[in-house]
Amino acid sequence: MNKVVKSIKEAITLCGLKDGMRISFHHHLRNGDHVINMVMEEIANMGYKDLTVNASSVFDIHAPLVTHIKNNVVTGLEVNYMGGAVGREISSGIMQKPVDFRSHGGRPSDIETGRTPIDIAFIAAPSSDNMGNCSGKYGKSACGSLGYAFVDAMNAKKVVVITDNLVEYPLYDFSISETYVDYVVCVDKIGDPTGIVSGTTKITRDPVGLMMASYATKVIQSSGLLKDGFSFQTGAGGASLAVAKYLKDLMLKENIKGSFGMGGITSYLVDMLEAGCFETLMDVQCFDLRAVQSIRDNPRHREVTASHYASPTAKSAIVDNLDVVILGATQIDTDFNVNVHTDSNGFIMGGSGGHSDTAAGAKLTMIVAPLTRARLSIVVDKVLCVSTPGNTVDVLVTQRGIAVNPKRGELKERLQASGLPVIDIHDLKNIAEGITGVPKEIKLGSRTVANVIYRDGTIIDTIKNTL
Amino acid sequence: MEIKKKATAGTLESSDIFVQVEPNDNGIEINLTSIVYNQFGEDIERTVKEVLSEFDVKNVKIQLKDRGAVECAIRARIETALKRAERMGN
Repeated sequence: MNKVVKSIKEAITLCGLKDGMRISFHHHLRNGDHVINMVMEEIANMGYKDLTVNASSVFDIHAPLVTHIKNNVVTGLEVNYMGGAVGREISSGIMQKPVDFRSHGGRPSDIETGRTPIDIAFIAAPSSDNMGNCSGKYGKSACGSLGYAFVDAMNAKKVVVITDNLVEYPLYDFSISETYVDYVVCVDKIGDPTGIVSGTTKITRDPVGLMMASYATKVIQSSGLLKDGFSFQTGAGGASLAVAKYLKDLMLKENIKGSFGMGGITSYLVDMLEAGCFETLMDVQCFDLRAVQSIRDNPRHREVTASHYASPTAKSAIVDNLDVVILGATQIDTDFNVNVHTDSNGFIMGGSGGHSDTAAGAKLTMIVAPLTRARLSIVVDKVLCVSTPGNTVDVLVTQRGIAVNPKRGELKERLQASGLPVIDIHDLKNIAEGITGVPKEIKLGSRTVANVIYRDGTIIDTIKNTL
Repeated sequence: MEIKKKATAGTLESSDIFVQVEPNDNGIEINLTSIVYNQFGEDIERTVKEVLSEFDVKNVKIQLKDRGAVECAIRARIETALKRAERMGN
């Protein structure tokens, strides 16, 4: 038996691609990924039309997708996150069919339950053997965890592993096993390492960011959740990383032994693991080189699948055991609904990722954001797009004060008792508009360019075309 | 105030505004781009006209590239550019 084929083209032919099929990709190579572009260029050259691309995320490097959309090679798009380069075009209305946005938990759920059956999955693998046992931990394009790709491999009708590091059988430390893989293609380069992982992720030095991080850490300390067994997720933004650093110092000082850190993993969470703040890291994606090295070398740093991370239909998922999550926002409204899909002009530039999944699961969901960004208030009357519903968001931390969701009266009392500057979210909005002025309302078109599908399968909001 | 030469103030950093003024023969010519044009375009134009009027500038070509500056910053940048443009020499 030989699974290794000469080219992506040969793999596509052998898989029996037909017009109208759904093909899938994962995004661990992030803005360094070459695989989506290589595969789509081949597919376009072979003359296929009317395909649905289901990708866990689309980054700016995937701008060539716009041409494939305009040429009707791609007529359906399903993602959890979309960068501004493609997002801007989608917002301007280049696609007939609306894009379907899901969350990192909703996507695997819909693949597993057959709502979005995958015909062919293309797995970008930094290392693979000739039978398709593959891993993200080794090779020149190492990305660490392959968490989002498991569901594709385990459920697609055909699975193609694309690697630039073909190793001797068996790759013993495999993530995805050969049992799922039909074909293996070895190419020169699956991606650009500088875009795959950051050399270093750095905490902010901006005093406003540090102040927000300090408030956020005090909110965690006052919440009653920071005790032995504590679990935590944070993003890779500069202020979120500062929270991880402050939290580490606090946990060491108070001798608190947490249970797990989760999410996109950065060096700061690795530091916390190595310092004994957590028993383990549950890793669906690595953000920097240190995280890649840690998941390779430290058995307590576990790779987990997207379903295990966040699926709403799994028998249980890690998000359901999460104490605290720190998240960002482009906008938050006075009902605590959060927008992470569009910018203040209504252009698509993001997506849920795990935002709404972790918000739903965590005991304390905290949005950390500066009150204003470039003359725009983060707090608005109504968000342009509801990505995460307000009833799953507990606290907004800004440099000008901390707003607590009125549903969390007990939490509000705790924060006030700790002397934190608690403020009504309407007052925060007024402070912001006192600085910026009152913005004119944005006018959007009437055509739906994207559906935001919440983790329970309901369409929580639609995104309209920009004018 | 008479605009005697070309002068600039400000930067293209987020939350700042870059302003360039130069002599003009007949009247006021405003060229504004802003990342918050949809939200604050009219406000910014009004601010520009107010500052020009405060300094009694009748003839000027003024170009503004706004990166989301608040009103006081816009006023300060315009005033600085005007005062630089009023001085002769380099």
